[in-house]
Amino acid sequence: MTLAQAPHGFLSPTGVEIAFLLVGLVTFGAALVTVTTRQLVHAALWLVVTLGGLAVEYLLLTAEFIAWVQVLIYVGSVVVLLLFGLMLTKAPIGRSPDADSGNRWAALTVAVAAAAALVWVVVDAFRATWIDLDGPAAGSTEATGASLFQNWVLPFEALSVLLLAALVGAIVLSRRAKAESSSPPMNSRAATKSSRTVTESSLPVPDSRENPAEQEGTR
Amino acid sequence: MNDVLDVALRLLVVFVVFLTFPLIVGQTEHKVMAHMQGRLGPMYAGGFHGWAQLVADGVKFVQKEDIVPAGADRRIFQLAPAVALLPYLLVLLAIPISPGEGAVGQVVDAGIFFVLAVMGVGVLGSLMAGWASANKFSLLGGLRTAAQLLAYELPMLLTAASVAMAAGTVSLPGIVDAFEWWWLPWQIVGAIVFFVAGLAELQRPPFDMPVADSEIIFGAYTEYTGLRFALFLLAEYAGIVVLCGLTTVLFLGGWHGPWGADGLGWVWTLLKAAVLAFVVIWLRVTYPRLREDQLQKLSWTLLVPLSLAQIALTGIVKVVIR
Repeated sequence: MTLAQAPHGFLSPTGVEIAFLLVGLVTFGAALVTVTTRQLVHAALWLVVTLGGLAVEYLLLTAEFIAWVQVLIYVGSVVVLLLFGLMLTKAPIGRSPDADSGNRWAALTVAVAAAAALVWVVVDAFRATWIDLDGPAAGSTEATGASLFQNWVLPFEALSVLLLAALVGAIVLSRRAKAESSSPPMNSRAATKSSRTVTESSLPVPDSRENPAEQEGTR
Repeated sequence: MNDVLDVALRLLVVFVVFLTFPLIVGQTEHKVMAHMQGRLGPMYAGGFHGWAQLVADGVKFVQKEDIVPAGADRRIFQLAPAVALLPYLLVLLAIPISPGEGAVGQVVDAGIFFVLAVMGVGVLGSLMAGWASANKFSLLGGLRTAAQLLAYELPMLLTAASVAMAAGTVSLPGIVDAFEWWWLPWQIVGAIVFFVAGLAELQRPPFDMPVADSEIIFGAYTEYTGLRFALFLLAEYAGIVVLCGLTTVLFLGGWHGPWGADGLGWVWTLLKAAVLAFVVIWLRVTYPRLREDQLQKLSWTLLVPLSLAQIALTGIVKVVIR
């Protein structure tokens, strides 16, 4: 940032600043690998490195609480969920030739635009403000809690309502899918049973071809 | 210079604890299981009641050939044991055993969050092992591990939050400092839920579906041999030490004891943790394994509601006594 004021010159960076920059570079590199690698599970694991790097950045900014929450939520839960989904569906060892998207240029544009907007907002908001890393920790649990529940209660509550809505939505969607997909198997089982009782040789073939089609239709 | 020495000494102590306590738990498990099953257990290695059996096991593991399956993802396969083991070493740094600055590896401001966050990372090791082995049993084990973690992380967090609410702090020494004897009946439900969920996170019996040896060989660790396999086993025992230490610190009052804590606090902490470790072993010998659907059901329909009720109770009592 070019907004540094006199006591915080660029030419005499402190150790923390150097560490911050290095960790940032590693995080950025890991993020790039995450989106460019052709190996799906490797992408998820590089995501762990990226998110862990972000947690280290928070730590260097003395925001200890945020750092641990970052590890807990993102590394411990979101990535595990991601890996779980990958393993359940498709997780080949080695490269997946189809792990590429025709939208890569559009995605790149959106990503660059989003990054530019975020950097601009942050730079504009804080300008020449510097965090005093040697003083009392500005991001301790106490400080974070106090500011969250005194100054930012309303956004916090709004966010929790948003999450609740997402939760309820997920339950509604999964229940509807279940209700729709659970009725065809009942019919199809009855169908196969009756077909078996009628003839054993010819009928099951069209039947078995019909069932997956039905189930895919409901999805 | 003094600071450097201090840090080095702390790290060394934590490292020694990390290397010895899991082995002690392992040897105790050999002996306790043997006696509960009416047999002797290891008796020859080292002379006195087979005390050196685990050392001998370690030597055996080191001598074995380290095999990576041909179809495996080599780097991740080899990295997985370290990812499984290291988090427990980090967690040990933050567990206080007696009052004062000198009795904890490193005072962490948001201790509970640090501990739970880092413990959750350890499971990534099992997932990596399960996927990278290129073995269907391993993959099944990895899947079950992930499902189990997702189910049991929540009650664990909620009950820990309940204690943090009671103490009014998220620092581990702070929580033990604030402990009063009547917290025991007050937080008992939370304590049980935390301990059970922790057992499930460690994949210890009766929650050892991910490594159920009678159906999926050894789950995510099927393809491992030699030292890397030993590291996974060590991670399990280090996990027991960490879980018992944490339950002691959070729910059982750590260094508080009926005859005062003057100077003997660490004895109380270790004693409570040891009793809990005994319970962990006891459960392994006595309880049958839970089926996968029973596992999920236990967590979502019993432990999560119980922990929510515990949080509500904590909140009410907290408001009433203020």
